[in-house]
Amino acid sequence: MTAIAPIVPEADPGRDAPRRTTSEAAHTGLTSRWASVAAIVIALLWTVPTFGLFVSSFRPETDVKTSGWWEFFASPDVTLDNYRAVISGSDTDLGTYLINSVVITIPSVLIPISLATLAAYAFAWMRFPGRNFLFVAVFALQIVPIQVTMIPLLSAYVQPPFNLMPLAGADAPGGGLYTIWLSHSIFALPLAIFLLHNFMREIPAELIESARVDGAGHVQIFRRIMLPLMMPAIAAFGIFQFLWVWNDLLVALVFGGGSLDISPLTVRLAELSGQRGQDWHLLSAGAFVSLAVPLIVFLSLQRYFVRGLLAGSVKG
Amino acid sequence: MTTTDKLLQMGIAVALFFGVMGVILVLTSRLRSRAGERLQTAAFLAPSLLLIAAGLLYPAIKTIYQSFYDAAGTTFVGLDNYQTIVTDGDQLQVLRNTAIWVVLTPLAATLVGLVYAVLVDRAKFEKFAKALIFLPMAISLVGASIIWKFVYDYRGTDENQIGVVNQILKSVGFDTYRFLLTEPWNTLFLIVIMIWVQAGFAMTILSASIKAIPEDVMEAARLDGASALKMFRYITVPSIRPSLIVVLTTISISTLKVFDIVRTSTGGNFGTSVLAYEFYVQSFRSFNQGLGAALAVLIFVLVTPIVIYNIRQMRRIEAR
Amino acid sequence: MSSRNKRRAAAASALLLAGIALAGCAEDSTDGESQTAGGTSPGEGKAGCEQLTEFGDLSDREVNVYTSIIAPEDQAHKDSYKLFEECTGATVNYEGSKEFEAQLVVRVRSGNAPDIAYIPQPGLLKTLVEQTDKVVPAPDSVSANVDEFFGEDWKSYGTVADTFYAAPLGANVKSFVWYSPGMFEENGWTVPETWDDMMALSEDIAASGVKPWCAGIESGEATGWVVTDWLEDAVLRDAGPDVYDQWVNHEIAFDDPAIAEALDRVGSVLKDENMVNGGIGDVKSIATTPFQEGGLPIVEGDCAMHRQASFYAANWDPETTTVAEDGDVFAFYLPTTNEDFGKPVLGGGEFVAAFSDAPEVQAFQTYLSSDVWANEKAIATTAGGWVSSNKGLDINNLVSPIDQLSASTLQDPDAVFRFDGSDQMPGAVGAGSFWSEMTSWITGASTADSLANVESSWPTS
Repeated sequence: MTAIAPIVPEADPGRDAPRRTTSEAAHTGLTSRWASVAAIVIALLWTVPTFGLFVSSFRPETDVKTSGWWEFFASPDVTLDNYRAVISGSDTDLGTYLINSVVITIPSVLIPISLATLAAYAFAWMRFPGRNFLFVAVFALQIVPIQVTMIPLLSAYVQPPFNLMPLAGADAPGGGLYTIWLSHSIFALPLAIFLLHNFMREIPAELIESARVDGAGHVQIFRRIMLPLMMPAIAAFGIFQFLWVWNDLLVALVFGGGSLDISPLTVRLAELSGQRGQDWHLLSAGAFVSLAVPLIVFLSLQRYFVRGLLAGSVKG
Repeated sequence: MTTTDKLLQMGIAVALFFGVMGVILVLTSRLRSRAGERLQTAAFLAPSLLLIAAGLLYPAIKTIYQSFYDAAGTTFVGLDNYQTIVTDGDQLQVLRNTAIWVVLTPLAATLVGLVYAVLVDRAKFEKFAKALIFLPMAISLVGASIIWKFVYDYRGTDENQIGVVNQILKSVGFDTYRFLLTEPWNTLFLIVIMIWVQAGFAMTILSASIKAIPEDVMEAARLDGASALKMFRYITVPSIRPSLIVVLTTISISTLKVFDIVRTSTGGNFGTSVLAYEFYVQSFRSFNQGLGAALAVLIFVLVTPIVIYNIRQMRRIEAR
Repeated sequence: MSSRNKRRAAAASALLLAGIALAGCAEDSTDGESQTAGGTSPGEGKAGCEQLTEFGDLSDREVNVYTSIIAPEDQAHKDSYKLFEECTGATVNYEGSKEFEAQLVVRVRSGNAPDIAYIPQPGLLKTLVEQTDKVVPAPDSVSANVDEFFGEDWKSYGTVADTFYAAPLGANVKSFVWYSPGMFEENGWTVPETWDDMMALSEDIAASGVKPWCAGIESGEATGWVVTDWLEDAVLRDAGPDVYDQWVNHEIAFDDPAIAEALDRVGSVLKDENMVNGGIGDVKSIATTPFQEGGLPIVEGDCAMHRQASFYAANWDPETTTVAEDGDVFAFYLPTTNEDFGKPVLGGGEFVAAFSDAPEVQAFQTYLSSDVWANEKAIATTAGGWVSSNKGLDINNLVSPIDQLSASTLQDPDAVFRFDGSDQMPGAVGAGSFWSEMTSWITGASTADSLANVESSWPTS
């Protein structure tokens, strides 16, 4: 909480408490007790299932398959074998998968966000014919399932129109990485544009107008006003895009065009379930290994959400 | 490829991308004339629109086209595929299930996300509390499917339980319950999984929005002696209305497309199938391209009400 | 060993003759003669390389293999390719994926096919051949190997419209009942020889307070396939292989009375509350129990018998359970109902389809269809869990007792082998309505309704 920027002066409850009247404080205290109870109930409901998985990841295989995870507390039998198997039980070491996931994820988050911020700005604050129609079309295209795009898009990568350089297949440049980045970017764009556009529309028109009057062009406004104000929204979307890419198996499998060099962590996870079995003991450990990175990203990006989106603006 | 190669490729890709974008911005930034502004607009929009057209619009059109062809995609069959969908008795149930999913999931997930975002707003452990609800979003699908197996798993009442809910039922003295098998309630139990996943999305976006409500507005209401509930109803909700619509819309669309939950939990059996799962089955298991495409087109059509609602909202905001 | 060497030499000379006979028209590849890269093969004169030297020097060439066989079973595959790599100089890139079936079709359709795919369903092979036109017919060297080492029926599963495409790779036996030898011995139960004996034994076990059978058919999107295997086994036994073939090829109705009778026979086990579901619950619990767990109550003594394929061996915890005739669990042949049709064996397996006719690909196909590879693979499979119907496979090379049992069952001269029917039916049935209708049959639908629903879903064209 110490990292909060000064633009939100009342962000710290401790700091604004003295300004409240006593009756108000009592009132807040009363409601906040119920609020706390409700919050704890929701948090418990949401966490207990995951907690079960967490406990299971430390239990031996037979225990996992024959008794409920809560039995663990009656007869604790801790093993790290599951994690050991996840970390070392493959010809490719886990580090390689992790690096692949990182290499796939970073451009797949940065590229669509940058493109979408620009496009969202155009839809929100530039005037051009067909604007609303185009925006609605882009937003509606969110509905297209990735499965529908697989064959047309992969064909285009393998045998590109106009005889361009093939992007996927055996001789693809960058070992198939480019097609994965490109595909992730494409699938992210409609939602990203839609989300960012709606946040940008909330910025008071006066702010933009006055900048225009001062002689600022769109590029300047975009850079100096829009980007800083949009940071929380961009961070929020960035997190989700990060998660989708991090947890994605399908896009990597299909659009990587079968290059094994660049398999992400999810490929290893899928492999963990075993040839015919559901090796849950391994899967549960694998799920937590894969969870670590997104959780760190979420926690470290959270401070951007805390900073008020439009704090101090004139809108009411 | 070695690790260095990969990192190098990544560096090149990102640098190249930002380089090109930067050049475009710098080049167009000097333009002030009317035609110049047009060019600027094009520079802002063209990259995204091109990618979307090639990667989503073209496949969508191709899908619509294929829906009029047979299983192998070679013979024109007119509306046969659509007729198959309409005349198949099971499909009615699929449509009904899809409707239940699309109505319940966004409402419930948004409600939970909103209430939670308000409750933990500025609480002592806010970061930690939010991470808890966010967690389901960060867990991969394989992880989620085991998590819910350990929740819903059914064993006879006398047997050792693996599912936590049935264990609770058993210890309270009830019979164990077949959560995934008993129609029609099993659909609801599957929806719970989707709500569990999506609430984190709603919470994150709405929380960012709540933080954006100007402090003076809240302060004024507080000084007027508004109760917490009234604040929620008359200040918070109206202030974040646009974000609420965004969240509801996004979750509705994801719900229309989701089939993994059905696929891993019941395989579409016991009357739990949804449109997106049927599409998946026809396209990738029965290899009936035409019918699969027709089902996808049906999903496209179902998004129309959501689109219309959003257009209306946009008009309203514009009219202000 | 000497007879194997003789056979190998015979194959090599046959290949040589074929090569000479067809040398004149080496330009046209689709006729099935082998391609060669020219040069001197690095395997010249090495043992086991006899069939492969024809293809010339394949150094620096790569063969991309795409399969549904993933860890841990992939390792033995990779190890068994070492001889090929030594003989030819080529490299084999192995990619296994759980999404294989769907992704293969996507890759083939978008022009990004692997060189070779191991296809577990003849039905999928047929779909690929008919819908995409990208599968390359097997070269003569492969065809000759299959003629020599496999039965005609196995060759026919890799054949579409009279063209031979895909040689058999691995195999499994589905007509097995898992049991605990110790539990049987303790209670004085004996392995039944006939179906009636088996049912009588079931009654005895039920009377002793233990539910005799346990089962699980949950398998995600494939839920129900276990019952299709049960039904196929029953049809083979009650109506015989000929009716079975007609039924699989839809020459008789799916809900033919003979089929209904067989399904009712399955019902006398799976839908009888006295018979199932040991250690798990009642009849309906079968539908929600993962097939991988269906037999595990045997170890706990809560259940006595579990009908499941040889590959179920992988589901027993190797640290606590030994799979052997004198171990904790083992399998017996699912007995016949009458003596009219010999010893029907239901099974499955994979087939090697190629999407390229490059010499290295053909060389690899040839290698995989040879007895040399079958034995290499058996030796490489140190943990067990693999067999082949390759007649050149020396059973002594197999490690695990259950694999030996599977191989001897497949090689039994009395055995009448039939491939899993649902894998041969059109996708809409074999990977669709057959599974789902058998699932609803377990949860209460009648035999007549379930079968009629599958019949009505059979594609018209």
